[in-house]
Amino acid sequence: MFKRFSLSSDVSGQTPVKSSIQRSIRNAVLSQWKIESSTLEVLWPKKEALTHVKCKDHLSIYAVQGEPIFFQHSDGPIYPTLRVLHRYPFILPAVKVDRGAIRFLLAGASMMCPGLTSAGGYLPPDDTPLEAGVPVAIFTEGKEHAAAIGITKLSTIEMRKVNKGVGVEPITYLGDEFWAIKTV
Amino acid sequence: MVRKNNQDQKGQPTPAAPAPSTTEPTEPAEPIPEPKPPVQVFYCAVCTFPVEYCEFGSSLSKCKEWLKDVRVDLYERFYSEDALQAKIGTMSLEAQSKLEKDAVEKEAKADAKADAALKKKLASQITIKRIERNKRKHVTAIHGLEAFGVDLKKAAKQFASKFATGASVTKNAQGLEEIVVQGDVGDEVFELIEKQVGVLKGIPPDNVEFVEDKKKKSEGA
Repeated sequence: MFKRFSLSSDVSGQTPVKSSIQRSIRNAVLSQWKIESSTLEVLWPKKEALTHVKCKDHLSIYAVQGEPIFFQHSDGPIYPTLRVLHRYPFILPAVKVDRGAIRFLLAGASMMCPGLTSAGGYLPPDDTPLEAGVPVAIFTEGKEHAAAIGITKLSTIEMRKVNKGVGVEPITYLGDEFWAIKTV
Repeated sequence: MVRKNNQDQKGQPTPAAPAPSTTEPTEPAEPIPEPKPPVQVFYCAVCTFPVEYCEFGSSLSKCKEWLKDVRVDLYERFYSEDALQAKIGTMSLEAQSKLEKDAVEKEAKADAKADAALKKKLASQITIKRIERNKRKHVTAIHGLEAFGVDLKKAAKQFASKFATGASVTKNAQGLEEIVVQGDVGDEVFELIEKQVGVLKGIPPDNVEFVEDKKKKSEGA
């Protein structure tokens, strides 16, 4: 999503978010992420106003005190930024790819099923499967921190069964143009 | 004062809100869920990645040097012989050597790119253009500052306050951004660049050229 992105050309405006809308966003975040309201409070204090950074192609980035916290594509799921995910790694369900896939992941390639199902990879067990179209944190073999945030293209059960083709598509990854943006 | 008190009282009960921490089995069950502390991530100052990902960046040798200087313990953890052995993990030796080769290539490429960018930067020109508005009134257009990493908006603001005139960032006919300052201030702008005032720091005065743009009489017809 962020392969080509720059603040000067893709941002069409910044506006403070109304408090009533902030409330609904807060509720959406609480329901979509695995985060307690007290933890979210540290990340995004109630007193701090949220800034809506409107970008082209229906992309919205939300920032607190100039630091991007999460983003959303039209009415889709709300993704945390990678830096936020590093601080609170538990907010998204985790998948893991093996070491051979890391360099492709950091070039923005989609993660194929074999990289997730091999010995170095990890998928949630079949009794707690993930559906297709769920935001996930993509961890990597032998590393502590997540390398990317992605969305599942198949359910995890299917990934195991088919073991072919795209399993997870990265949305934002280490070193893309969105990673380069630290403040808005 | 009354208002402040109110807020304090309101603020206190919120941390005691529900949300039991079922996700963390390591923590002993607490009656009041404390906000979870954020994970402290140590980022590389060279490639901005978390240090464990430096090996996949385009400046590994520089990252290594930097890490050795600031955090020897981490350097040992990631780049000692044992660590390198353990890191290979489930990957085949072949793939590993390919990865290393790629890293070297990538770094060389990034270096070449940085060199080219620097050269281009040093070669790029700044033009200060005097444009006639009517017989005795002029505006000054300054073009090419952005190549030296100057924030045009800030520079325009600086010019405006310095000369007490209007200054703005506009797109010119070629679609490139330039600063337009009201009045004939070309020489003064050059002086500011020579003295490296404020945001104009780091601009070589040798690269500045002056251009005059006179209104042609036939233009109006």
